Amino acid sequence: MAKLNQPTTSGRSTSRKRKTGRRSPLATFALIAIGLGLTGGVYAAANATPSASADTASSTQQQVSDGEHLFQANCASCHGMNAVGTAAAPSLIGVGAAAVDFQVGTGRMPMAMDGPQAEEKTPQFTDAQTKELAAYVASLAPGPAIPDAQYLTGNTDAAAGAQLFRINCAMCHNVAGAGGALTEGKFAPPLKGVTPAHIYEAMLTGPQNMPVFNDRNITPEQKSDIISYLTYLEKNPSPGGFALGDLGPVAEGLFLWIFGLGSIVGLAVWITAKSN
Amino acid sequence: MAQDDSGSSELAETSSTAVEHPVEDHRLGDPGTAIVVADAPVNPGFPAHRPRLTDTDPKQNRRAERTVFTLFYLSIAGSVWAIAAYLAFPIESGNLADVRTSTLFIGLGMVLALLGIGIGAVHWAKQLMNDHEGIDIRHGVAGSEETRERAIEIFEEANEESGFGRRTLIRNSLIGALVAFPLPAVVLFRGLAPQNVDPIKELKHTMWAKGTRLTKDPTGLPILASDVTIGSVFHVIPDGLNDREDALEQKATAAVLLMRLRPEDLHVSPARKDWNYHGIVAYSKICTHVGCPVALYEQQTHHLLCPCHQSQFDITHEARVIFGPAGRPLPQLPITVDDQGYLVAQSDFHEPVGPSFWERNS
Repeated sequence: MAKLNQPTTSGRSTSRKRKTGRRSPLATFALIAIGLGLTGGVYAAANATPSASADTASSTQQQVSDGEHLFQANCASCHGMNAVGTAAAPSLIGVGAAAVDFQVGTGRMPMAMDGPQAEEKTPQFTDAQTKELAAYVASLAPGPAIPDAQYLTGNTDAAAGAQLFRINCAMCHNVAGAGGALTEGKFAPPLKGVTPAHIYEAMLTGPQNMPVFNDRNITPEQKSDIISYLTYLEKNPSPGGFALGDLGPVAEGLFLWIFGLGSIVGLAVWITAKSN
Repeated sequence: MAQDDSGSSELAETSSTAVEHPVEDHRLGDPGTAIVVADAPVNPGFPAHRPRLTDTDPKQNRRAERTVFTLFYLSIAGSVWAIAAYLAFPIESGNLADVRTSTLFIGLGMVLALLGIGIGAVHWAKQLMNDHEGIDIRHGVAGSEETRERAIEIFEEANEESGFGRRTLIRNSLIGALVAFPLPAVVLFRGLAPQNVDPIKELKHTMWAKGTRLTKDPTGLPILASDVTIGSVFHVIPDGLNDREDALEQKATAAVLLMRLRPEDLHVSPARKDWNYHGIVAYSKICTHVGCPVALYEQQTHHLLCPCHQSQFDITHEARVIFGPAGRPLPQLPITVDDQGYLVAQSDFHEPVGPSFWERNS
């Protein structure tokens, strides 16, 4: 897939360089490369749809050993053969199943490339494989576990969750969970569409630059309330109509300045223009 | 010059009755005193009148008429729609989606009603009403000689009859009463400001004192030092804040962010050697630039970002400013633990929190 894409991009850039109307001799190749890339992409996307989800019972020895094999094949190049860490990546001893389930389950790990932060993408592993990896890492040392389903219902006290969210989360993730910018290219991602389990795991483990909110800081019940608030936001539309990304005064102000004032100027021009 | 009869007659009338500014002078200048410029700009007058399509083509005229009354009928339809929408989309369920639907359809009806009237009226005026151009000459604002004399007469008569100029005691006491009347307002407004306190002292001190426990915002529960794991952030208020009547005012200065770093990551100056507790540090959450709450903590880089103006503070170097407009590091709260293991403050902040003010020494 990645190999197929490479000629696509290079072909595009060569054809863009030619400003003359004549067709470049490379155009045919570029066209073929684009066609191949698209076909491969569609095929890969069709294949990548998640397969059957495994039951979330406690990890078995089979899961741990399967996870170890997956780890050695996919993660050990950066995290070391026994997850002790290398210069390129931190040790995973004691990060727990919750951290693995979040990082691998949201596609952040394995990282696509080095950058300000690992970004969310289509997960590389199936749900069952993610659980196996989590079971292996959890078997190395005790750490936060994958949260219990009772805290992920999303129908507890949303108002209490909103208060906690405003105090602990809103400064980075925006009060409506729309996300926001941090320093040097890092950003707090939007929280819409994130599963309750991943939200819980993020609070518990503090992935990347997000601080840790352990169970003594925000109790499991309070975490459950925060998830309920985010679920409420997702299920209930904005009462004001177009939310413009929930980004607040900048987006809304820009919209009003351009379209609100624009229409007023347009009306003024129409009223004062002479009719023919 | 004027294109229509009414305009010229009005112009003639104005010139015959105007007292202060005869129209001829205004338009031609006074050759006796003014500097007469040879190439003075000549008033070009109106451009030639161009008849509109609706003036020449009866078909267009009827069409414009149809458009205008259609718009007015649309406006009526919009008003009816708004009433119907109010009945059709009740918001009794309290559901936000229902509120939005109701507001949307009532609003659309009202917009149609108002825009129909407005656009119809403008279209009527532009297409169908007489479009001749005319001039209304500006005239002097002063009244006639007799009117002005009569006005002075009235004032003098009133002064005579009331004795305002003669009875000076009454007059002066009335002036005094009028001056005194706004004074209660001034005193009442002053009463809104803090009483019997030195505002500078207020700015220099917060609720923190020796032994005050650090508690979680908003629950007010105390924090064990062992609860604060590495990479954690706690949003902290002083113990007892929630019970105070002025809780919000106090929180505005006393809010604190508690973080735990690996002790070897901290660069501690000798004077602040015992201000942290095994890598747990507490800093004021109030930005030293204009007082926004600084709480965007990055646990890997240990940078604290202010969302308002992008000031960045480096927690490993005692919150020194590494980017942005803030002028000073965030004040650090010296902390330790009490005999039960809860985090407590050693004292108040050693400097005023928040932005600069005039009497601030550093």
